[in-house]
Amino acid sequence: MNINEIKIFAKQLRLDALELAFKGGKNGAHLGGGLSTVEIFAVLYGGILNIDPKNPKDENRDRLVVSKGHCVIAYYPALYHKGFLTKEDLDSFETDGSAFHAHALRNIWNGIEFSGGSLSLGISFAVGQALACKKKGLTNRVYVIVGDGECDEGLVWESAMAASQYMLNNLTVIVDCNGLQYDGKTADVMNNAPLSERFRAFGFDSCDVDGHDCSLLIEALSKKSDKPICVVAHTVKGKGVSFMENRREWHHHVLTEEQYKQAVEEVTGNDRIE
Amino acid sequence: MIALNNISARTFSRLGQRGAIFGIAACEAAKEDSKFILLTADLAQLSGMDRFVGMFPEQFVNAGIAEQNMLGMTAGLSVEGYHPVASTYATFLSMRGCEQMRHYFGYMHLKAVLIGSGAGFSQGYSGNTHYTIEDLSIVRAIPNLIVLSPADAGAAVLLFCEALKSDSAVYMRLTGGLNSPIIYKEDRQFRIGGSVKLREGPDVAILVTGTVVDSALKAAEILGNDGISASVTDIYSIKPIDKQRILEIASSSKALFTVEEHSTIGGLGGAVSEVLAKNGNMPKLVRLGIRDNFDLAGSYESLIRQNRLTPELIAQDIRKNI
Repeated sequence: MNINEIKIFAKQLRLDALELAFKGGKNGAHLGGGLSTVEIFAVLYGGILNIDPKNPKDENRDRLVVSKGHCVIAYYPALYHKGFLTKEDLDSFETDGSAFHAHALRNIWNGIEFSGGSLSLGISFAVGQALACKKKGLTNRVYVIVGDGECDEGLVWESAMAASQYMLNNLTVIVDCNGLQYDGKTADVMNNAPLSERFRAFGFDSCDVDGHDCSLLIEALSKKSDKPICVVAHTVKGKGVSFMENRREWHHHVLTEEQYKQAVEEVTGNDRIE
Repeated sequence: MIALNNISARTFSRLGQRGAIFGIAACEAAKEDSKFILLTADLAQLSGMDRFVGMFPEQFVNAGIAEQNMLGMTAGLSVEGYHPVASTYATFLSMRGCEQMRHYFGYMHLKAVLIGSGAGFSQGYSGNTHYTIEDLSIVRAIPNLIVLSPADAGAAVLLFCEALKSDSAVYMRLTGGLNSPIIYKEDRQFRIGGSVKLREGPDVAILVTGTVVDSALKAAEILGNDGISASVTDIYSIKPIDKQRILEIASSSKALFTVEEHSTIGGLGGAVSEVLAKNGNMPKLVRLGIRDNFDLAGSYESLIRQNRLTPELIAQDIRKNI
């Protein structure tokens, strides 16, 4: 995809995310932290990741580990558009017996490398995967998405330490830094900023980027280094919907029909303005 | 591969369960399998891994003092087709790493061999942080995990070889220290889910696991001198457990006794109770093991005595409870 196509893809993902959340009905969905990751997924699935749904077990494929497991409303639609999931898979979201619940379930045929849900377990797993890929002499990359709140977890830093010790220059950690966690502002609950500097102190080549600017994201994620890479993507929780943006109560919430209509209008409206 | 005989049993015994696995069996496994990989959390030297590290430096990963990340890396290596074995003290593996064991190896059902060493009281004066008296209860509750508990160093080596072939992750609980008592002197198949009846006896049945199997055999001898004939069965596979054998033994004995260097809550005693509870008309079951308490630190022998796990005290408690 070219940059314009990626931007259109991102808009589509945002609409799909809202639709998925609305279909989830009274079960609700993780709207805030899902919408903040939209551009990250759009850029990854729009071109950064070397993956092929026709050959999901390709040894040389890039691996994406979604450690921040609760952003499925953006993740599942991205997998659907890339051809890893069917419409039926998507429609089964949060229905009894479906594999597609609020946290993704590992299934390599669906392009899902890791079962998310318990924060920080993904980044540690990704370090092991990156180590294995290096040992096998592969030239692929392992990408892992973590949240900024997730970085409160000690295991994130155990993993970062090991990534640097084992010189995993095939690993890219993407922090969806939306500044909010369940109980409020990350700065108030447990201030772990500045994350890029902290990752740098752990031996990463790290940078800060506007996490909703697709061009800047592409640039940051295309970078190569002799160190593990950390891209701190500064995002807005609930991005794209005025009544959700930066509102912690939208971390996990039920979307009414009226709210859904307004949200869709805002997202499509934004499209027209651009 | 590795054979158990009079000579190798003595070598393994000198090294203890941990030393025999990491000093010998792991090296043999790595010779045959380039995907074999050994991980530890800063316990390489203590675990007797130096020989392995020297022979296979590319197949060794030290996670530092970070048990949780050791297990995450183990999972990542496993999913990429490696055959990882990860080890640290049983207390840290089963408790610091509990959620990792549940998530990666239970929920995600990845394969690995996870070895908790120094279980029970073998860490003496290190105190309760280092004793592992509840790992069987914890690990046994996790779906998809296999739980093994060998009686001696030879059995540890053979069970380790079995574990490497397993389709599910295996938690191995290692007890005892160097120069551990020898129970098995010849090659045998240690099937996952099996057990070994070491001694026949129609009166009472002792079901036992770990290095205290030796004490249970000695207790049975003491009881024999008193005219009480006790059978002794090594329950080396805690999960899956040999239900058929336990029910057979239960139906032909007047009383059952479980013996373990582990809390009497949820370990071998718990597992055997669960088997019996489904079947009515069973003989009485008495669970001998570590009482529900944190003891003051002491020598291995004193802790074993305080918890009534010496041969004499096991025999006494059995006599009292028949």
